Amino acid sequence: MLAYRDAGPDVRLPFCSGGPTRGGYGGGVTAQTIDSRVLLGDEAVALAALDAGITAAYAYPGTPSTEIFEFLEAHAAERGVLAHWCANEKTAYEQALGVSMVGRRALVSMKHVGLNVAADAFINSAIVRIAGGLVVAVADDPGMHSSQNEQDSRVLADFARVPCLEPADQHEAYAMTREAFDLSERFHVPVLVRLVTRLCHGRARVSTSPALPQRPLRAAHDPTGWTLLPSISRGLWRELLDLQPALADTGAASGHISLDWHDGGPTAVVTAGIARTYFAENAPELPTMPPHLHVGAYPGSDAALRELADRVDRLIVLEDGYPVIEDRLRGILPHRWQISGRRDGTLPLDGELTPDTVRTALGLPPRERLVVAGIDLPARPPQLCTGCPHRDSFSAVGLALAGTDTSVVASDIGCYTLGALAPYEAIESCVCMGASIGMAKGASDAGVRPALAVIGDSTFLHSGVTGLIDAVAADTDLTILVLDNGTIAMTGLQPTALTHRLRPIAEGVGVAPEHVRIVDIGPRAVEELADVLRAEMAHPGVSVVVAVRECIEAAKARRRAARS
Amino acid sequence: MRFDIVLAGVGGQGVLTVSALLAEAAHRDGLEVTQSEIHGMSQRGGAVRAGVRLSNRPIQSTLIAAGAADLLLGLEPVEALRCASDLRPGGRVVTAGDPMENIGDYPDLDRVHAAIRAIPGALLVDAAALAREAGSPRAANVVVLGACAAMLPIATATLESCVADAFASRGDRMVRTNLAALAAGAAAAAATV
Repeated sequence: MLAYRDAGPDVRLPFCSGGPTRGGYGGGVTAQTIDSRVLLGDEAVALAALDAGITAAYAYPGTPSTEIFEFLEAHAAERGVLAHWCANEKTAYEQALGVSMVGRRALVSMKHVGLNVAADAFINSAIVRIAGGLVVAVADDPGMHSSQNEQDSRVLADFARVPCLEPADQHEAYAMTREAFDLSERFHVPVLVRLVTRLCHGRARVSTSPALPQRPLRAAHDPTGWTLLPSISRGLWRELLDLQPALADTGAASGHISLDWHDGGPTAVVTAGIARTYFAENAPELPTMPPHLHVGAYPGSDAALRELADRVDRLIVLEDGYPVIEDRLRGILPHRWQISGRRDGTLPLDGELTPDTVRTALGLPPRERLVVAGIDLPARPPQLCTGCPHRDSFSAVGLALAGTDTSVVASDIGCYTLGALAPYEAIESCVCMGASIGMAKGASDAGVRPALAVIGDSTFLHSGVTGLIDAVAADTDLTILVLDNGTIAMTGLQPTALTHRLRPIAEGVGVAPEHVRIVDIGPRAVEELADVLRAEMAHPGVSVVVAVRECIEAAKARRRAARS
Repeated sequence: MRFDIVLAGVGGQGVLTVSALLAEAAHRDGLEVTQSEIHGMSQRGGAVRAGVRLSNRPIQSTLIAAGAADLLLGLEPVEALRCASDLRPGGRVVTAGDPMENIGDYPDLDRVHAAIRAIPGALLVDAAALAREAGSPRAANVVVLGACAAMLPIATATLESCVADAFASRGDRMVRTNLAALAAGAAAAAATV
């Protein structure tokens, strides 16, 4: 699920806007002096991509990855870089792939579940012979701060046989993104930079290095490296497999896999990515400093793991996300080592890693905390804004469905997912981008009437329109309510791919013009929308009802911009 | 020296603005600083929490361990209470007393205030009223920042210059209002101690 940024008073500080502390951007190709500044992890990735000489950047917004592209976009013009928000993560990935094919560098950024959308492009791009550096920055969300799952992108990188770099802090986010472009060109593979929420949305000091010019267009094309006909794919796949030992060696040689024996002892600690900072936070309280292997690059070094294991009896594995390294160590056959991590309950199997869970895993007693008098505190979930047009749309859905015996309201991902909560409780599902239309069609196919899909305009453009095509093709009895607020509100008001173009799209794929209904929604139009929904739910075919009104936050932002 | 600050409030109150002001000021005073925040579903009336760590040495984790915070800066009393056990024993809490009652089951405000006052050294600030007097109810977050000023390892003059710079793009009146809010918070804290 995507999510908002905080809407605090709109102020700009040099510190938080990522402005240089010294010197400045010198345009597209001039060298930049070594510089240090405080950046969000997301901003560090973006700045590294700019400094690496990318020609273009593509993204679809999604917390916690959104700020990568926002920073990039803000500085794109001065670097002569193209930056495009895209319809979805797959189209974004494919555009980056095209830049690479002609020899130039590109960054594509997304949240973890976005990589599922882009998976077809991502996994097959591993097999082609990458030309210009192609880096995909993926922001995982362990703990599900603003997502529907906590899948670990390291697993998808391994699945695709693609190298993955995992920074431990904001400085490494910059350095590893720079390095990822070089790796990509050296080995002709895409490289995944795996981030987690706390890295994306934490600020710390970052040292930068001189910017590179953009790459020239490649002189000649290489169709046999890019045309995945089975006969060609077999050879390219073999190339990729043969490359794996070299990728592992490069990771080990890069310094991102480091083994330090410290004080020795029978118990060793293995950290991955951000876990290193939580280990460092607690380590001074340990009686002796245990042997420590840090892993920041994949495929990992089996040699380093074996070397460590040879001299210890127990390995405590600290990683944010799935037990990737832990499972590799553990295997399935009995052995003499005690592997402690998420599988044996040393760490919880779910949820994000914190300094506190790491503390417990290291066997340290809990910190003494301030004791507060007990008082039951109510939860404070997010709410639809006062004045949000979705409120009126949900009131209308409630009215329209009143008195129906069986109905289904499949919904989707956006601010309007909050319509699941009181007082509206108007929607019954939220699974993945665009799912509402396919799921409502399935429910209709299975015999439920009325079947209603409730979807936002950007989610519709992202992945809903294909479901609509299926519904039109099958002439399904289905009503689709599109909440058209003209923006991607939840992630902070990014532009939609196409704004207020729903009628021509719906008619263009074959919805009868009289069953494409546009309602200007607002507090006084609730009855009108309810009437339209009732009429269209009674129609035994596909209807698209569009409730149009500008997002209240977008309206405020527009007025603020007009004043200043 | 290490000084960990947890900030708590409700989406839209300006938690991240105060967090950014603190970090910028620490940076200008030559301290190492990290910030952690969640830009999550928490916006629009949900609970928001952020962390700022200050030190004269490099900082590892951007997350503040439970029970490690030296100061809790609250913009709303229930949210401050929610985070109070993040404080170390002896840690200070400074919070606006004004409730944000956007939830149905908001607890009795007197009990909430009493629970906060029971924390040694707690400071409840009449932030909304002081902000209105300073010129804008939106400046309540800066009032609370002012009330913390004397406890921070940051020069007050640095805080003032950061506030002035942060609001400069929004005109002289906003700068004056927020500087007045900062001073009002500091005066309220001084009067309480």
